[in-house]
Amino acid sequence: MTAYIRRNSWVIGLFALFVTLLVFTKIIQPDYDAGDFGSLVRAALPFAFAVAAQSIVIIAGGIDLSVASMMAVTSVTAAVLMNGASEEFALVAVPLVLAMGFCLGAVNGILIVVTRVPDIVVTLAMLFVLEGVALLILGSPGGAAANWLKVMIVGTVAIPGVLAAITAWIPNALIVLLVSVALVWIPLKRSRLGLSIYAIGSSQLAAFRSGVPVSRTKILAYALAGLFAAMGGLSLTMSTGIGAPIPGPYLMASVAAAVLGGVILGGGRGGIVGPIVAVFILRLVRTDLTLLSVDPNATTIIEGTIMVVVVMLGAYLALRARSR
Amino acid sequence: MNALLDASGVAKSYGAVAALRNASLSVRPGEVHALMGANGAGKSTLVKILTGAVQPTAGRILIRGEQRSVGSPGEARRAGLLPVYQEPSLIPDLDVLQNLRLTQTPVEPFRDWVRELGVPALDLKDLARDVPLAIQRVLDLARALAVEPEIVILDEMTAALPADLAERVLDVVRQQGRSGRSVIFISHRFVEISAICDRATVLRDGETVGVVDIVPGVEEQIVELMLGEKIERRRRTTGPVSDAARPSDARPRISVRNISVGTKLHDVSFDLHDGEVAGVVALEGQGQDELFAALAGAARLSGGTIEVDGETLTMSHPRHAIDKGIALVPGDRAEALLMQRPVRENIALPFSAPLRRWGPIDMRRESEKVLGAIERLQIDTRAQGEVQRLSGGNQQKVTIARWIAADARTILCFDPTRGIDVRTKQEIYRLLRELAAQGKSILFYTSELEEVQLACDRAIVIFGGRVVDVLPAEIADEAALTRAAYGLARDAEADVGVLAQHPGTAGASP
Repeated sequence: MTAYIRRNSWVIGLFALFVTLLVFTKIIQPDYDAGDFGSLVRAALPFAFAVAAQSIVIIAGGIDLSVASMMAVTSVTAAVLMNGASEEFALVAVPLVLAMGFCLGAVNGILIVVTRVPDIVVTLAMLFVLEGVALLILGSPGGAAANWLKVMIVGTVAIPGVLAAITAWIPNALIVLLVSVALVWIPLKRSRLGLSIYAIGSSQLAAFRSGVPVSRTKILAYALAGLFAAMGGLSLTMSTGIGAPIPGPYLMASVAAAVLGGVILGGGRGGIVGPIVAVFILRLVRTDLTLLSVDPNATTIIEGTIMVVVVMLGAYLALRARSR
Repeated sequence: MNALLDASGVAKSYGAVAALRNASLSVRPGEVHALMGANGAGKSTLVKILTGAVQPTAGRILIRGEQRSVGSPGEARRAGLLPVYQEPSLIPDLDVLQNLRLTQTPVEPFRDWVRELGVPALDLKDLARDVPLAIQRVLDLARALAVEPEIVILDEMTAALPADLAERVLDVVRQQGRSGRSVIFISHRFVEISAICDRATVLRDGETVGVVDIVPGVEEQIVELMLGEKIERRRRTTGPVSDAARPSDARPRISVRNISVGTKLHDVSFDLHDGEVAGVVALEGQGQDELFAALAGAARLSGGTIEVDGETLTMSHPRHAIDKGIALVPGDRAEALLMQRPVRENIALPFSAPLRRWGPIDMRRESEKVLGAIERLQIDTRAQGEVQRLSGGNQQKVTIARWIAADARTILCFDPTRGIDVRTKQEIYRLLRELAAQGKSILFYTSELEEVQLACDRAIVIFGGRVVDVLPAEIADEAALTRAAYGLARDAEADVGVLAQHPGTAGASP
């Protein structure tokens, strides 16, 4: 048990920070309620998927600069596919878009493995390529989304036997996020592929010598990132009802939240829960700063400062724990 | 007799450079087979080919008479060939159990082997990075043995192990042979090879030059094969040069008084004089790392003083030591070299880098000094582009060359001959003696006890962070040093384990 806490101390700390922030929000804005929390989660949804995508790749020792562009491409593809189509067609469109994201990610991975061009260069190139592709698919914001998809992330659902006061704080968007991330992450974490992803990020040479198929693992890591990016793209279309071809601010946000979430740049360490909690923290900080009517220009300065301070504090605590 | 593994005509070239020309290796069932050769002879390339890490350009590998391709470490594993490399191959960020799962190693046999190898309490939930390096290597071995491979390949397995673990490892290797499995054993240590191996294959310049049975006295023959010429493993016959060079009342170059560093080094005092090579002998982790770091200005003293030329120094940065002409040649070459930069820059770094002299680097002066040093050490500079392409021995020479070029008065050598071949070792001993003869002073930590009599004037023995004895070279043979290094009094007799049964070779693996 203590070992479990020690190993997950970073995530536990982030949860504590998040709860503290919620309490703080409630203090500065007494009428902050479940509804506001619901919209916070909805707003955080695409960010959460983006950081999930980024985290997998960083854990595998790489980086993916094309996350936001992949989200744009998948978002407009979904919007175009569902435009004027029946509600049922969305059942086909969604898996199609997810598969598309998977393939786009795999292309990233294959290019990196085959050409041996550094990941940062390949994915930077893909950033621009996919930006253009998104505009080719849809010149200006438009398209549509199936109604049931839009409804899926709104409101709450009553869980039998649980007080309404509690379910009110469990918005559907959160359930969608948790279920879709868990469906990929939990089996992955338990599989040899999951171990291999950590292994190649931790030490490529040692992984190779342990018999890990390094290239294949790397391609799959990027492909899974593409899958999460497609989920992010879908969530964009779901929440706005249309597709927007211009990539949102998800690239830098995904790297920031991954780092804050305990994923070490360079690979091998971290998970996916921490970064997602970090996304919520960063969104909530933004809300609080608005509530406190801080100059919007100062907001990003404060966000940046929080990131550096938290990561430094974490490193300091880890160092102290080790030297003891 | 049917060979379990039969590799023949194996060649590998990287571009125009042939790392391996025509190597062959045949291992019988139940045999512990040594693979020997000077550095750069192609041992590691051959191992990499056998274990699927590198693809050969030519050659044939038969396992139990069947041709097998070993295209990747995974395939080699399935073919029953398992390596234990010099650097641990556990994934640092996974715990031990996850590492086992990654390689699909059964846990129970692993546990048994861990016990058998004498590893103290091990929590399988520990991250590999938190496990001490020596233990990691043993775990690596246990992991390999747990899948019951037909052939285990051990690359310098005992190099970084404390004596007790090394003995257990050697015992286990011997048992492997008895139980009908084979071991390919790579080592520079004749003691180990004569203790556990049946035959040896010797490589030179990428070719197999001989296969010999291990019988008493075969060492000379192997060395001849390795070098292709008769070399003498001669003792230094001249008396300590320092006797003549140094009046006994002269002020010492460095005078260490009662220094302590952290919890590792306590109350250590000694003098280092101009014109002497002082050996430092200690088992693994007795505080020698801290001693060298303190003298090089890289660790803070928690007590005591270091006087240089009679002047007390407080050093808080290696620059302070370097300014006083004290240079460190670290044990890990990667710590000293800019691996991706050329030889010239690496050698010029200490004297060209200081910023206080503005303006462009005086290239003529620089290349003069650099060429002088390269000449003097006979560094093989064919791989000019990047230091990382040089062989280990040549890299080591570069780290020493830079301080000769920088004209350091005192050189602290931390195990400079670790993992390099016999010929380069001889060159380094000779170089150290020459430097001493020119009045420079050298502190020389060595993990190979025979080196004390080959290169040093005396040996300072450290045990448990304290200086326990100082032996003049004449009496500092391996037996005496081993006893001292274990903290035993000079005249006490003691067993130091399995290796002590071989007369005159006691504890060559501290």
